[in-house]
Amino acid sequence: MESDPVKSEVSAESTPSSEQTPSPLVAAFQREHPDWVKNVIEDRGEITIIVPTEHIVAVCSFLKSWPETRFDFLSDLCGADRGVEEEPRFEVNYHLFSTTKYHRWRLKVLLNEENVHVASVTGVWRTANWHERETYDLFGVIFDNHPDLRRILLPEDWQGHALRKDFPLRGYEPYSLK
Amino acid sequence: MGLENVIAEALPEVLTTRLDSLINWARKSSLWPATFGLACCAIEMMNATSSRNDLARFGSEVFRASPRQADVMIVSGRVARKMAPVLRRIYDQMPEPKWVISMGACATSGGVFDNYAIVQGVDKIVPVDVYIPGCPPRPEMLIHAVMMLQEKVMKESVRDRRDVLEAEARDAVVPGTLPVTDGSTTTQQHALPESRPYTVASKHERRRSS
Repeated sequence: MESDPVKSEVSAESTPSSEQTPSPLVAAFQREHPDWVKNVIEDRGEITIIVPTEHIVAVCSFLKSWPETRFDFLSDLCGADRGVEEEPRFEVNYHLFSTTKYHRWRLKVLLNEENVHVASVTGVWRTANWHERETYDLFGVIFDNHPDLRRILLPEDWQGHALRKDFPLRGYEPYSLK
Repeated sequence: MGLENVIAEALPEVLTTRLDSLINWARKSSLWPATFGLACCAIEMMNATSSRNDLARFGSEVFRASPRQADVMIVSGRVARKMAPVLRRIYDQMPEPKWVISMGACATSGGVFDNYAIVQGVDKIVPVDVYIPGCPPRPEMLIHAVMMLQEKVMKESVRDRRDVLEAEARDAVVPGTLPVTDGSTTTQQHALPESRPYTVASKHERRRSS
């Protein structure tokens, strides 16, 4: 009898929703630029903001310079393949960190398989250069306006993108130098 | 090297075998490996030259940083596909006579890395003389491999040229080796079977499941 209200409370807390934003910082950001936030997920103290693809550079440069956040460090940029049957299939994650305020946010961009293009954030953080090359190399995400979008891990003559879900584990043909 | 070819051609056949044994004895007594560590097996390879194991007892302790000065290439670890052309170039830079030791399960067969990134056996790139099992092999096993290679060297002839033998082997169809394609299969990327979207069964896999 007693467990029922507890259960409903827990489930209400863990359900992601754009209306319910416990973090005042996220709420302030959302008030500032409502069209830059598609959805906010807060889970276990981690903040994830899903951003429309066309606004990602504006969001990043704003969050870097905004006095409330001061995200001066891009700690990681990675891609993910959610599965061949998923729509949108690809996502690009930006893990931001502030060396003065010691907080972290994750930005997420969702991409369809037909149009795996997203603007490069190398103009905001220069470290994004190699991260975006890696994401291009392994997932085939094209970063527009990237200064040097080449493969970085796989050999230059590689066919395909190895971390895509439809790439066979053993590759397409046995390797030989003959 | 140049001298022995001249002598071998100039002298009658009868004397060649005696010359062989003399030259082979000289060769096997100072096998100089190339410093070429690829993965964790390289730690055991370094240990083989340490004071405890002392590979110098068998004349093979002088690891050379230049392939031009080395006789033996010890492939110590898994060979990534990106590393494969580099490894082949280092092998090509080594002067004749030269030998290859495939150290450990990964260099020999790919080991646990049965995936797109690792060459499934270094013998797809260079001819191998001695294979060592183990993950990683102990330094004693590497020393044993060097001793086996010395036995093999004693059976060789100065007339055997590795590049000639290898060219013959390349042309011959060896049973059990994987087929070599012209690269056209990479165009099958977008024509994968519907039933198993994530994997394409290779020859290995079909053999295992049956």
